[in-house]
Amino acid sequence: MSTATTPEIRLRPNANPQRQHIPLSRLAPLILMVGPAILWLLIFVAAPLVYVFVISFLKKGTYGGVVASFNFENYLRIFDPLYLNIFLVSILIALATTALCLIIGYPFAYIIARASSRNKNILLTLIMLPFWTNSLIRTYGWIMLLRTNGTFNTILQSAHLISQPLQMLYTTGAVMVGMVYTLFPFMVLPLYSSIEKLDHSLLEAANDLGAKPGRAFLRVTLPLTAPGIFAGCIQVFIPTLGYFFISDLLGGGNSVLVGNLIKNQFLAARDWPFGAALSILLIVFTIILIRLYNHFGGRIENITS
Amino acid sequence: MAPMSEKVMVELHNVDKSFGENKVVKNLNLRIREGEFLTMLGPSGCGKTTTLRMIAGFEDVTTGTIMIEGENVVNKPPYRRNVNTVFQSYALFPHMNVFDNIAFGLTEKKVNKQEIRQRVTEMLSLVQMEGYEQRMPSQMSGGQKQRVAIARALVNRPKVLLLDEPLGALDLKLRKQMQVELKHLQRKLGITFIYVTHDQEESLTMSDRIAVMNNGILEQIGSPDQIYNQPATKFVADFIGESNILEAAVEIADGANLKVVFETGYAVVKATGFTKDEAVYISVRPEKLKCAAAAVPGFNLKGVVKEHIYVGSIIKTIIELPDGQELIMSSLTGTPLIPPGETVWVYWEKEDTVILHANEERIYNLSEQVPKIEVRA
Ligand SMILES: Nc1ncnc2c1ncn2[C@@H]1O[C@H](COP(=O)(O)OP(=O)(O)OP(=O)(O)O)[C@@H](O)[C@H]1O
Ligand SMILES: [Mg+2]
Repeated sequence: MSTATTPEIRLRPNANPQRQHIPLSRLAPLILMVGPAILWLLIFVAAPLVYVFVISFLKKGTYGGVVASFNFENYLRIFDPLYLNIFLVSILIALATTALCLIIGYPFAYIIARASSRNKNILLTLIMLPFWTNSLIRTYGWIMLLRTNGTFNTILQSAHLISQPLQMLYTTGAVMVGMVYTLFPFMVLPLYSSIEKLDHSLLEAANDLGAKPGRAFLRVTLPLTAPGIFAGCIQVFIPTLGYFFISDLLGGGNSVLVGNLIKNQFLAARDWPFGAALSILLIVFTIILIRLYNHFGGRIENITS
Repeated sequence: MAPMSEKVMVELHNVDKSFGENKVVKNLNLRIREGEFLTMLGPSGCGKTTTLRMIAGFEDVTTGTIMIEGENVVNKPPYRRNVNTVFQSYALFPHMNVFDNIAFGLTEKKVNKQEIRQRVTEMLSLVQMEGYEQRMPSQMSGGQKQRVAIARALVNRPKVLLLDEPLGALDLKLRKQMQVELKHLQRKLGITFIYVTHDQEESLTMSDRIAVMNNGILEQIGSPDQIYNQPATKFVADFIGESNILEAAVEIADGANLKVVFETGYAVVKATGFTKDEAVYISVRPEKLKCAAAAVPGFNLKGVVKEHIYVGSIIKTIIELPDGQELIMSSLTGTPLIPPGETVWVYWEKEDTVILHANEERIYNLSEQVPKIEVRA
């Protein structure tokens, strides 16, 4: 009986009427086990968040720093068309990145999921391989490829396809390439695992009932891999908003995204309160997305498994 | 009950199937009539599922042809074949409710909404699942899923329904009930059923004909009665029900009478088509075996009663021959028993003998493989 009452149940109020009477001797090991993790989270996650939250309501000092004067000024500033525009552009770029990753990633994940187990391992390793190098360094790699006298331009010129070098670096296109490249694995892996789980006999059943492969894909494969699609999209969309170094390095000054804006407030403009307000907004936005995902994704997961 | 038509619905002609080096189906010839209930029976791994999947179109034939209604379908994808499958794992679409599952095939055929509604409702009442339209597959028991799977296939009015161990996951009682229901359904609709099972009892109760497969080879095809009482091979005699199989050699082949000698005795039985000195197997069902206190004319086979085993309404008596082989004789409870240790003379009625060539190459003769099947009420 006692093994059936898990700690999780006890934490819920009213789930176990005896919860007030747990003797300290039984609580002690529990505290010892989860204590360090909770302490870690408090110091390195909760405390900075609270700090950011608090200063988002304060005022910027004349020489940087913050002045303790409570106001909503920072949040109201976000509604300046200048900043709203940055938000809009960031969301559009994030949406485009997500869409590209999905369109390229789905067939990719499908091929991996249906490959023989040997090829599957090779392909999965290839997908994971870039993780072993710092993404900043990989982004510098793209600079080498894209810059005026970089690899691509040299190849195109020596093949006499172009006479003048193309401006590839410091464009929105370059930012998109960098984003798609960096976040691609985050799309492929959840897609792969949901396609892998798909029972092949369901597709046979669809064929058997008269559905051509395309129709079977639309009516069976796609809805049943929706949890993977959701997860992949969230995992690509959210980081795209924040990966400031990619738009810094590949977009130059031409492309300012939310991530850059926040970074600039802290490092260049030294306007910490405004930076904090922007961060809080981004966090709230992210939480809403994750809640939506849990709501819909979780429901689909329940149905499909 | 309308008599079964003579029209051949499905025909497999010299079908071979290999996976790499592994020959899984070997030179299979089958003709299945319209409205027939044909069961493919055989031990695990003998190629039943593979054969069914070739008919459905999920698996290509290596060589040979498959005809459905006289048309070669080997190059047709599953969605162009007028057959439907009931999968062993049901394969219901987990994201669709019962109604949408059953309507799937009709939606693909662009049948109008009103007709879909009507046909799905009809099917639900046929499989006794009225009122379950909105249920999701995850909210149903195995038996209920099974019914939905059958309805989902039948709603398309296929010419042929393929069923791969559809009752495999059900408990014994539900299984027996569904066997009867399926059989009635098949009779009522007149659809050709090709039914795969490794349960010989199930095949004997349900089928018009049984095709017994072993190791990719069709051992015998015939009515349950033929399969049970006139097994064509040692494998069939052994696989279907219990059998006493004795090795023997023909000593005298004289017209209808045949004297065969065993390791430890002899018997005179009725059979033609055997030659002197030929090695044969003699197969006798336990319920046909009898014993007496003295030798019976035509038989000389002595054994010692070893033990009696009670199996519900029958008793199995184990009789050991001098060479150590054990024979099983079954009798109804209440029959007087011979005490263990006593010597008895074993015999049986001449016509209850099944005698099989021991060293025979399997001959595939299509006309012989497809005997006229009698219509049973
Ligand atoms: N896709 C495949 N690739 C390779 N070998 C296969 C494949 N499918 C089946 N086989 C082999 O073919 C043989 C026959 O398999 P099949 O599934 O037809 O047997 P079965 O008679 O249906 O058996 P069971 O009663 O266990 O379902 C087996 O030896 C199996 O290992
Ligand atoms: Mg099988």
